[in-house]
This record gives sequence, structure tokens and C-alpha cells, in this order.
Amino acid sequence: MPLAQAQGLPPATTGDITPEPVREGIDLTINGERFRHTGDPLMPLLWYLRDVLRLTGTKVGGAHGEGGYDLVLVGGKAVSAIKRPMAELAGARVVTVEGLASADGSLHPLQQAFIDEDAIGCGYCTAGWLIAGIDLLTRKPKPSDDDIDKLPNRCRCGCQTRVRRAIKRAAGASA
Amino acid sequence: MSGVIGLSRRRFLQVLAGTAGALVVGIGESYADVPIPPAMLGDDFGELGPYVRIDRDGNVLIGARDPDTGTGTATALPRIIAEELDADWTRVSVIPLGLGVQARDGKPVWTYGHQRSGTGDSIPAAWADLRQAGALARWLITQAAARRLGVAADRLRCEAGVVITPDGRRFPYGSLVEAASKIDPPNAPLPLKAPQRYTLVGRPAGDVDARRIVTGQTRYAIDAHYADALVAVLTQCPWADGSLASIETAPALAIKGVVKVVPIRPEADVPPGQTAIAPAVAVLAENTWAALRGLAELKLEWKPAANSAAEDSGKIEAQAIALLDTDSAPTTRVRDDGDLAAAGRKAVRRIEATYVQPWLAHATPEPMNCLVRLDKDQATLVVPTQAPQQAWAVVQRLTGLAPEKIAIEVPRVGGGYGRRLDHDYVAEAVMLAKAVDKPVRLMWTHEQGLAHDFYRSGTVHKIKAIVGRKRQVIAWDQRMASASALTGRGVAADRLWSSEVGANQLPAGLVANYRSDWYGLASAMPRGPFRGEPHVSNAFAVESFIDEIAHTLREDPLTTRLRLLGEARQIPLAGGGMLDIGRLLNVLKLVTDRIEWKNWLHNVNGMGLACWHIDGAYVAHAVEAAMHGDKLEIVRVVCAVDVGRVINPMGLGGQVAGATLDALSNALNPAITFKDGQVQQQGFKDYPLASMAQLPNDVEVILAPNDRAPTGASFLAMPSAAPALANAVFRASAVRVRRLPLMKELLRLL
Repeated sequence: MPLAQAQGLPPATTGDITPEPVREGIDLTINGERFRHTGDPLMPLLWYLRDVLRLTGTKVGGAHGEGGYDLVLVGGKAVSAIKRPMAELAGARVVTVEGLASADGSLHPLQQAFIDEDAIGCGYCTAGWLIAGIDLLTRKPKPSDDDIDKLPNRCRCGCQTRVRRAIKRAAGASA
Repeated sequence: MSGVIGLSRRRFLQVLAGTAGALVVGIGESYADVPIPPAMLGDDFGELGPYVRIDRDGNVLIGARDPDTGTGTATALPRIIAEELDADWTRVSVIPLGLGVQARDGKPVWTYGHQRSGTGDSIPAAWADLRQAGALARWLITQAAARRLGVAADRLRCEAGVVITPDGRRFPYGSLVEAASKIDPPNAPLPLKAPQRYTLVGRPAGDVDARRIVTGQTRYAIDAHYADALVAVLTQCPWADGSLASIETAPALAIKGVVKVVPIRPEADVPPGQTAIAPAVAVLAENTWAALRGLAELKLEWKPAANSAAEDSGKIEAQAIALLDTDSAPTTRVRDDGDLAAAGRKAVRRIEATYVQPWLAHATPEPMNCLVRLDKDQATLVVPTQAPQQAWAVVQRLTGLAPEKIAIEVPRVGGGYGRRLDHDYVAEAVMLAKAVDKPVRLMWTHEQGLAHDFYRSGTVHKIKAIVGRKRQVIAWDQRMASASALTGRGVAADRLWSSEVGANQLPAGLVANYRSDWYGLASAMPRGPFRGEPHVSNAFAVESFIDEIAHTLREDPLTTRLRLLGEARQIPLAGGGMLDIGRLLNVLKLVTDRIEWKNWLHNVNGMGLACWHIDGAYVAHAVEAAMHGDKLEIVRVVCAVDVGRVINPMGLGGQVAGATLDALSNALNPAITFKDGQVQQQGFKDYPLASMAQLPNDVEVILAPNDRAPTGASFLAMPSAAPALANAVFRASAVRVRRLPLMKELLRLL
């Protein structure tokens, strides 16, 4: 049975509509949704997220990812989105700050801990801290102060002590 | 129904019925149209600057007029209104108001009054006028309840969004607002709540944007876009006053998506901050990636101007040190109390030291950016700014539009620190939008932000003190050299010192023979406002030097400080106000008690102290530091502040801890240097902010609240942090750091 008929749709007229050819591109999953990038394969993931998808939670950092403002999870690991060209991301599973909460709106324990510890200044660096912190908690569910010391993020508002408390709070919550 | 209460000469509290029977109270201007955020009204009330809207379902919407750069005003200002309203905070939503401007006789009139962030005056200004908006809304609702129930209004009370009758019946505000909006307001300002009845002010509240921030939903200006806007990136001339020698655009224009290449020149005779810092060439493209690729393909040659080509931060510093060693006349004698020469005849000890601090950059997390749409008779902008009214002035000058035809939206700002009091990037975006006749989203890179900033000037302090009998400091002779942040900004030559040194800073008023001289340095490097200045650089020199006096006298630095401060008393400040020594002694006692200062001599780690005051607010830091070989560990940091009444202790605690860490970070590593007129720091690698590992694991914050009117606190905790650390480092390592950045100097001297 033709597909359209099986779905209860009227049969497609033939001849007067040429189906668009399948567009070549890079397939990847972002926050659980599937996307195909058909533009320049060298475009960094950061600009794909921000300019193409308008997912602007991932922020602009240094040219080489300095500051950690542009971190995202790729395959569960924190990576700098400016340093990842789309060409390297075929089949990748990307999670941005927008994808950290569950579909029902319940927050990741670290997101909740950031709220509870008021670990937010201007908030521009917060997404990067969350991604780096979740990467750390995944690798080390009970991180030490030395582990937290190694986070690459920078903050000018001085949230570091509150971020440290938030990570420890989240580690306790998920125990 | 509309009514007004006079609030100041020009501004009035107004009451209107909003859509669907909502009650709207705001500050308005009686003469002209006011653009109103649609979210606030949803209808056509044209003469109101709204602050609070109460809907029939009981939801409350409060507008925050000052930009929030992370200083907590988006939370604190609405809580001031909600307190007087007796609102249920869980039903309150907050929206940023954007710029409120209207025209009278062609001149701008600021609808919302004060709209500025990061200069420490948001809370004091709000305390002076915003409480009335909340009080009026509550009064109207109470009147409505009284009329409906036939009960005298003064027998009703309000609590968390409910009017309660003497017999315990409860009427939600939402059920009363429609009637309330039809009541004429009184002609005089209403009495305000007694502080003992406060339920919101003084209680902790998390940031109103917190949930949106941790889920990535908060939109900053850099996240805003119009579908038809071009993305603009640019590259600037390495010399601020240089010029473009040659340009080849063909390779850039060949990149797919690149639309146009546009050179920008700073306008002649326009003050710094209101036009481009340096000549630049912008690449405009359909997306950021194309624009950046185009930028990389530009072939440019720049040439320096005679002025800047020889600029060298090392030479400027050497000249400043030499200058302060001579007896040449200062640019300005800022203060001269008593008789230094006479004091010299009573000298028992003479102490002298020189402190050198580097040039600094703002290093804002959110890069400079601006989204602008210019239509024939209307400009619409989204700007990350600390001062929307000043951004407006730049747009108005460049477009010539009528005052009310310029709309500026100010979303949450990714850090300001004084950088966004200047609007060169707004000027650039407007120039580009004019050049391409399309909306433009301009974005600088972080690296450009470092290399093209309105810097904090490097400073040199030379301080001499005379100690007389009984270990009293009887004379203080301070010389400071810096390049004024106010040069070229229309400030009279005899006021250029005012951005560099405080006439009332410690120990002015405490030492009978006190002199403060300022020596202006010439430099072509752009300078501008910087968070916490001039307090931060002066506190480092002064509070380090007091520690040096203690060491010379072989005594506990706390003893030296207490002798210098003397009895609790009020000391008149130059220009008005009082220095309350009792409050300063109190914060000092709070930190020394907490850190157990009595062990200072015997603690294996070094302990250091410092204190400061800014405009009626008081701060002290105690720091414990340890050296492990050449590694510095900041073991403990305790900070106590007295800001008068505390609006939001959680927000204030965060500000105090944050400002402390920011000050430590600025002191530990970074420095801007320039050679042959070019800034040498090109990225975060060259301008390192402190890592987690370098900073203390905790900042112990002690708030000393009281009933005095609230003062600003956004940078109060900066000045005493670095000197307390340097003083602790001295006890831990025997190395006296008189030059910043601290780590570089410490490693040099160890």
C-alpha cells in the first residue's frame, strides 16, 4: 500500500511536483532533537547554535574558548563550541544549557544548586560553569576541592566561591 | 481615571486603569507621550512610566528601571516597591523597563528618573522614590476595600497581596484593583511603612532571573537579532589615533555570505566614549561565521600617529616615579590640612614607600555589541549598557532623531565594571547601520575588548608619614601620579583629579597634618571609568602603607589602626556628609573577631587587615595567607560591610563575596602594558583572570545591618581586599609587595 494511502492521505498527484533532492549535510542531535547542517562544514558549532538555530544560551567566549563561556556537552564531555567545526560532529550528541533540564521542566541538580547557592552574578558565564560542572560530576560524582580547582571557567563577578558550594551541594543531592 | 502625586519638580506618580481592570501605578511626565513596554500595559495608556501593575488574577508585574549588570538591581529595586505594596513576592514578575525618554521642547526628559547601573547609586535613588509607587498602590487598594466593605481604611491591614478586615475576612488584591484604579490618589506623598513591619526588605531573595539563567533562557543583548540584520565584526587600528594606510577588500568580499566592507573613523572633537575608540574596518555578512572569515581575509595596513607611536607603559611609569621623587608642583593639591613642616619638627620616625599599580582592562564577559535598526523616523536598539541615557545621547547625535523616536531596550548585561558607561560600540553600530541601510548586529571579540578599551590608568603612589611621640601618626604626605580617566571628557583641568583620588579617603580627617597631591600624567591611551576606582588603587597604597607603619613600629597592625582611627565619633567630610568612625571600628572588630586576630603573631599563616569607606558605607577585610614554596594559598577571607539598611541580604552577600574575588583577581595576575603605542595583551592568556585554584575556597561575609538609609554596595568590598591580602602575604613570606600584579612581584622578590 502506498504510504500516503496508508496514512489516510489523498494520493499524491504525479508529474507536476518534483520532490526536492535530499540535501547533503551533517546530521547531529542537539538537546535530543535531530538536525542537519547543510552549510559550511568548517563553521564552528558555536555559530551554528547561535546564528542558525538561535540557541543563544551558549555564550561567546575567547577565540580559543578561553573563559569557558562557550562550553557544551558533546557525547557527555565538556568541549568548547568555538573549537568544534561542524565537520567533526557528524552523528554527535550535543547538549547545551537549554537541554540540561528534563522535558517536564525539572532542573538538573546542579542547575537547582546554582539557584539555591545564588551562584550567579551577571549570569553570562553561568552556562559554561554548568556544563563544566556536569562534566565533572559525571566523571567524579564526589569531586574534591582540587578537582573543582581545575575547572577552566573564568568569572569577573566573583561567583567562584558560590559555584564551588553549588557543585558540592549537587554532589550531595545526587548521592 | 488618572491622578497624580508630585514626587519631584518634574515627575509625578500616576494611577491608571490598565487592560482588563488592572491597576497600574507609575511615574509619569504630565506633558508628552511615553513609550511603554507593551508587556507592562498591553493597551494604550500614553502618559505613564509604569512601575507596578496588579492584575485581577492577583499577578503583579514590576518594572526594574536600572540595568542589571549582575549587581542585583533587577531583584532589589522591585522588592523595594513590593515591600510598600505588601505584595505576595511569589506572584511578582519583574521585567527590565528599557530607557524611558520623552520630549519636551525638543529636549529629552527621563521618564523613569535614575537609570544607571554599577555606579553604586541605584539603591539609594530607588529608596528615595520607588517606595512611594508601592505605597500608593497599597493605599488605593485599601481605599477600594474600605468603600466596598463600609469599613474605615485605617482598620484594614495588608499582608502578602491580601487585604484583611478586623474580623479576619481576606480580600485578595486582584479582587480590588478594578475599583482601586478608579479612586483619586491623595495630593500628598503617603506615609511609608515602619521598618519593623518589613517582610521583604532585609530578607534574602534569590535573583529574579535565576531560573531563566540556569536554563539558558535569559536573553542578553548579544543574543538579540532581527531576521534582516547583518552581522558586523571589525578590526581596529592598533594605535588609537592612527589611521588606515591601505585596504584590499576583494578577498573578503569573495567569501560566501559577506555583504560589505565598511571603514569607520572616529569623529573629530567628540569626547571619548561617544565615538569609535580607534579607526576600524567592519565586515558585514549574513552570519557571524561568514563575517569572521571575511575579516580574516581583509588585507589592511595601518599607520600610527605621531602622538601614540612612542607610547610605552614602562616609560610612563618610570617618569611617574621620577616625578614623585622631585619636589615639582603637583597638578592639583587635593587636600592640605594642618602644617606638614611644623609636624616635621616633632618627628620621631619617618616612613616612606612607593607603590606601583599597572594599567587594567575591563575584560567584560559579554563582548561589546549592539543591535540597531534605523527606520526613517525611528531608531530601535538593544544595547548592553550601564547608562541607557548616555547611550541615547550617542544615538541622538548620530541620527538627529527626535528624543522620543529612539527606543533602547536594555536586557540583562553580561558585566559592566564601568566599561559600559561608554558607548563607542553603540556609535560604531549606528554608523554601520547608516552605511548599509539595514539593521546591524555589531559584535566585538573578547580579544578586541582587551586591546581597545578605556583602560584604568596605571598609578604610582609615594607616601611619607611622620610618627611623633606616643606612636601617633602626626603627618601624612601623599603623592599620586596617574593619567586621569576624565581627560578629554569636558571636565575642567582643575577637576581631573576627581576620578583618581578621593578628598575624603583614609586617613584624611584622622591625621592633623595631611596633604594629598595629584600629578597628572599625559598619555594617548584611552581611559575611562573602572569599577571601584579611585578607591581600589588608593586603598591598596594607603592600607599597605599603614601596615608598613605598624611593622616599623614593631607592633600589631590592628593596634596601629585603632590608634589612627581613635574614638568612635563623627568627622565632617569635605563636600558634606560625615565619616562615622564608630561604624568603621565596628566592621574592623567584626572581621578581627571572626578570623581570631589575637593569634596574628603566632599563626603559622600570615594574617592581614585593611578597611575603607565609600560614601557612608564601611568595609573591612581580614585575610589569612600561606606560602607553600612559591605557591600562594589564600586560606581565609573575611569581609564585613555596613551599608545601612540591607534590602536583600542574599544579593548583598553575593555582591560582597563577588567584589572581593574580583578585586583579588585584578590584583593577582593581570596587567595591560603597551609598547610603541600598541597594547601587548591580545587575549585571556596574556591577561589572566584568577582561576578557581588561585582564589580562596570561601569568602566569609558579615553584614552589619542597621536602620540608616541604604547605600550602594556594588563595589564596596573591592578596595580593602587586595591590601589585606598583600599585608597577609607580608606576614606569610616577609616579602612586602609594593607593586602589582601581586604574583609576578612576589615571585620576583621571593
